[in-house]
Amino acid sequence: MTTAKTILTVDDSGSLRQMLSFTLKDAGYSVIEAVDGNDGLEKARSQTVDLVLTDQNMPGMDGLSFIRALRGMKNYKSVPILMLTTESGDDMKAQGRAAGASGWLVKPFDPARLTEVVRKLIG
Amino acid sequence: MTIDMSQFYQVFFDEADELLAEMEKLLLALDVSAPDSEDLNAIFRAAHSIKGGAATFGFADITEVTHVLESLLDRIRKGEMALTAEHVDAFLASKDVLAMLMNGHRHGEAVDHDAVLSVSKRLNALQEGGPVAAAPAAAAPRPEAEPAEKHAPMADADGNFHFRIELPAVSQKDVDALAAELGLMGALTRDALSDQRAVFNLATSESQETIVAICAFVLDPDALTITSTGPSAPAAAPDYGLYEQVQQAQPAADAAAPEPVAKAEAAAASVGETRNYGRRATDKEGGNGESSSIRVSVEKVDQLINLVGELVITQAMIDQRIGALDPLLHERLMNSANQLARNTRDLQEAVMSIRMMPMDYVFSRFPRMVRDLAGKLGKKVEFVTRGAATELDKGLIERIVDPLTHLVRNSVDHGVEMPEKRRAAGKNEAGRLILSAAHQGGNIVIEVTDDGGGLDRERILAKARQNGLPVSDTMPDADVWQLIFAPGFSTAEVVTDVSGRGVGMDVVKRNITAMGGVVDIRSVPGSGTTISISLPLTLAILDGMLIKVGEEIYILPLGYVIESLQPASVDVKEIAGQGKVVKVREEYLQLIPLWQIFAIEPKSADPSQGILVILESEGKKAALLVDSLVGQQQVVVKNLESNFRKVAGISGATILGDGGVSLILDVAALLRSSRQLNADTMCF
Repeated sequence: MTTAKTILTVDDSGSLRQMLSFTLKDAGYSVIEAVDGNDGLEKARSQTVDLVLTDQNMPGMDGLSFIRALRGMKNYKSVPILMLTTESGDDMKAQGRAAGASGWLVKPFDPARLTEVVRKLIG
Repeated sequence: MTIDMSQFYQVFFDEADELLAEMEKLLLALDVSAPDSEDLNAIFRAAHSIKGGAATFGFADITEVTHVLESLLDRIRKGEMALTAEHVDAFLASKDVLAMLMNGHRHGEAVDHDAVLSVSKRLNALQEGGPVAAAPAAAAPRPEAEPAEKHAPMADADGNFHFRIELPAVSQKDVDALAAELGLMGALTRDALSDQRAVFNLATSESQETIVAICAFVLDPDALTITSTGPSAPAAAPDYGLYEQVQQAQPAADAAAPEPVAKAEAAAASVGETRNYGRRATDKEGGNGESSSIRVSVEKVDQLINLVGELVITQAMIDQRIGALDPLLHERLMNSANQLARNTRDLQEAVMSIRMMPMDYVFSRFPRMVRDLAGKLGKKVEFVTRGAATELDKGLIERIVDPLTHLVRNSVDHGVEMPEKRRAAGKNEAGRLILSAAHQGGNIVIEVTDDGGGLDRERILAKARQNGLPVSDTMPDADVWQLIFAPGFSTAEVVTDVSGRGVGMDVVKRNITAMGGVVDIRSVPGSGTTISISLPLTLAILDGMLIKVGEEIYILPLGYVIESLQPASVDVKEIAGQGKVVKVREEYLQLIPLWQIFAIEPKSADPSQGILVILESEGKKAALLVDSLVGQQQVVVKNLESNFRKVAGISGATILGDGGVSLILDVAALLRSSRQLNADTMCF
């Protein structure tokens, strides 16, 4: 039996983290939660992660900065990173792409859609 | 959404509570002429987070208000709009409305739609930069629950609108009746909220007004919460995007789309796990920014404290058994035991500190209250807190809130004078109210100080005489001030809805005494008043005096003990029908023979052969007769009620080092029930 893939979720909102965890664990993934950008980098450093989900608006380090920092880390050059954002404007999409994200998902998210996109990326 | 969201509501509500509190605190501290940009950012983020969460859970009414709030805050923090006092007032009003809407969803409480509309108007007016209209429009249509962003209540492909209708707590019959009626309008699904109230999801081509009209037959439409949900994706834009075409990660992964949906539905049924939405064990330091913490339930913390208490008792037993050994022969054992004693003490301190919370938890609710109250009374009050980081046990913090609130309201209402009067007296127009907390020995001292007019000695004495209390003109000030704690005492000329009913101060004192604390008052006419509350830091450990009667050992909380002495026979007198009294210096005190109260065979019933412990509680003194004093030590308090049942005269128990159980005396009850003497009966 293959071990479950691991997803790192980064969001300062506890209730959102809970929902993400619940949705993803239910889809068979293992989930690591981080409360902000720095925590996310810590966890990414110390554990192997197959996909990263991050919020954009966070105190301290925002989502884009986190993605840039993560891409600069060894082992994380090509790990899929999804950005959760309330803004669906082209501006944010372009910024996300420039920062190194693999894709974006609009907030509030539909659990079925989230699982579908994650599956597409890591199976 | 196919997953039942209601299990996540509680966490969102708790989070939103904190965010709203944070927002209010920051707003109150803002300097309108030079607002701190970090604070503005934090306020913006708070509104943004609440909006995000509300949108996720479908609380469109909250989303709507926070959306305008957020965009105003965004413009202000970016410097595109200037912050004015008008803004701050509107934001504070919005915070109140959001809290109300939150409670509407959380507990089904009624929502004042006029207030919501009024706040929306104010915020929108500010958006346009025009003058702010404070009064709501006369015939206000019920605001449509439309989130202003991309979630407009558009009809879906079949021309249906989607509504989510939350019912207040009504009978099952009413719920069924409504379901039947509404079901005629379209496709209806039923669900239940976490507090058992029913919620409908209805897809219909009819409008919200029609729904309300139908519901009005069965219940009060104001008690409903209707939000329009809808296809969550906006008409044109997709809700996700990938920058590059993805190769399937595994050859086996095919047609992944239908799978997640099916799984998610199955998941909704399998949620049996109860989530523990406990309280946080430690609060964030005020204003320190990042500090990580975990939420832990209070039950878990209490259990931990209990277990550590057991450990302390066991370690004390070990100490006692070892005490009988030859130290030279067992040197290494002694050393290890000492080490154990040190470790246990450290562990106990660390664990007790888990329940300690900063006083800021209590203090933070006052700035808003003082501001509103002073405004209402036409007074100017500057509110200052000191020592907000001082910590106190969570249980005591919760119990001190009401008494402190009463004292603060009193200060604003009766202490601080009206601005004209202050000016005439050569004082600052704005009165100063200081709330402070500091550790002093094993206690915490909380003070409420105002620079108002002080207490009126003559008025208090007059009122006391009127109420039949024993007073004398030569009473020292400190004793005169204590008179205001008598039941039914109030010298306020006018009973306002804030204070003056005379039921407050005696309850304040009783509550504080019940917590093992004392209240003192200092006052200078014309200058101001200070009310000083001293509380023990925790109720779980107690400094006790061990006393022996017959074969039994009891514990007296040291806080009640004034002194102990062996009386001379000549100082002990018997009063017909009232028992014995003893002369201590110039006072005659009631003598309470403990052996008699608990029906124990004493070593000697003769007071001059035993020891008298002079106790004081609630202003009364008495002399407790015991056989001997055994010693003094810190004991871990065990609750008798939870292990056995309530016993009169006993407030708890503990286990001594020799393994024996020792009961802790309820001194207040003992003194209350003992017959009190009047000065009049002292004639012999």
